[in-house]
Amino acid sequence: MSNAYAKPLPKIDLLNRPFWEHAKAGRLAVQRCTGCGHRHMPPSPVCPTCLGENQDWEVVSGRGRLVSWVTFHRAYWGGFGADVPYDVCMVELDEGPILVSNLVGAGQDKAAVGAAVSVLFEPVTPEITLPKFRLVE
Amino acid sequence: MSELGHLKDKIAVVGVGNTPYGNFPEIDDYGLGARAFRAALADCGLEKSRIDGLLVCRIPYYARMGEVLGISPRWTIPLPPHGRMSAMGIIEAMAALNAGLCNYVALIYANIGRSRRVNYGGEESPNVWDPWGYTSPGAAHAMMFRRHMAKYGTTTRQLAEVSVAVRHHATLNPDAVMRSPITIDDHENARPIVLPLRLLDYCLINDGAVSLILTTKERARDLKKPPVLISGVGAKEAFARASIPNFDLDFWYGEVREAANAAYDMAGIGPADVDALMCYDNFSPTILFSLEGLGHCPRGESGRFVEGGTLKLGGKLPTNTDGGHLSNSYMQGWALNVEAVRQLRGECGRRQVPDCAVVQFAATTPCSRSLIYTRG
Repeated sequence: MSNAYAKPLPKIDLLNRPFWEHAKAGRLAVQRCTGCGHRHMPPSPVCPTCLGENQDWEVVSGRGRLVSWVTFHRAYWGGFGADVPYDVCMVELDEGPILVSNLVGAGQDKAAVGAAVSVLFEPVTPEITLPKFRLVE
Repeated sequence: MSELGHLKDKIAVVGVGNTPYGNFPEIDDYGLGARAFRAALADCGLEKSRIDGLLVCRIPYYARMGEVLGISPRWTIPLPPHGRMSAMGIIEAMAALNAGLCNYVALIYANIGRSRRVNYGGEESPNVWDPWGYTSPGAAHAMMFRRHMAKYGTTTRQLAEVSVAVRHHATLNPDAVMRSPITIDDHENARPIVLPLRLLDYCLINDGAVSLILTTKERARDLKKPPVLISGVGAKEAFARASIPNFDLDFWYGEVREAANAAYDMAGIGPADVDALMCYDNFSPTILFSLEGLGHCPRGESGRFVEGGTLKLGGKLPTNTDGGHLSNSYMQGWALNVEAVRQLRGECGRRQVPDCAVVQFAATTPCSRSLIYTRG
């Protein structure tokens, strides 16, 4: 087993750390303003709705709908060279925020804008687990 | 009543110039910018000492540009190397001239992305979504085109009409980089990059520079060529999802509509009055999205609208008559504004739109812009 993970890894900072800690524990979380309740991703230093400073992280259902998806035939990083063609999807969570992720698993030929998807978690390094999505039957 | 009505026809484009387009590893940004500037000066017959405003885009350092050109203006604006900047810069120059902050503005854009192997994705443009392999403006447009296909039934063969029409124009432009005609089947069989987009949906990456010189309508009278007037401008940003760069759930329909309507109102015209469209075409779908927001066809019907050569010279709406970004040159909107001026002057030779009196420029991006140019 190789320790060299060749794909780009997230740059973890104070703002996004909770997202990655939740992901490592198998939970999908989004930032939520404790003042006005607005949920957003990626996290923001202030709430983009009310400009409040008090924000928290909320574990969400992990369910959503496909906004769109594309298939990369070009590897912009060497680490993706062995993966092409690979699918990237955009998912609108039931709770509102939109995430970019990968569409994985069987049944990708059934992908359609608006199709139901749910999250799964793929550990890629000891520290980082990537939330990905699959189509729901 | 237009909010910007007082600016109608106040400001003129008096000089335009460009370098050859291609792969020039031996020349830097300043060298290319200087050549375009020299061409624009010659075009209007102005002495360089009269230039008292400088707006640069994609130039590393504005002051070095001034040093190279031997000018020290009293108004300067540098803009970042983003594709959406051209009309933003032109509108800023217009406002500065109208306010009297300067009398003659040189706008200079240079791009050395080809010879320096710029990729527009991956490590050179880090993003929060990199861990999932999502990168590049092309991927964002592929995401949007997939939605357009799902929502409105648009097909890749309809998308091909855009690339085919624009390439046809490039075959008529001696300056253009890509001058061999292509067919719809060529488009359909091109190398996939990020499906549903293929190679012929992507703009070129080439070196080159463009310059425009603007002044007031009154001052324009003393210069070499008939002025081209800026008759309408409109603008609207969409920043709510800037973390997914170059993407909008609705293809910026509302923003483009707002920008276009402001420009139409200011100019006192409508879409049917447009003789030629210069449309920012970083990727072919952008032209489809633009046609809807600009009101050239109903929402969702751009695919059907472009079928059968609508965008070609001789068609209903000649678009990107220089070959655009897809086939002429990747000058990020700036060369399209030069083409608008040349069309209105009647300088376009084999690609001239007959009796061209109104040209629209549009950029459908997170900073959407619309300009209306007319003959002075």
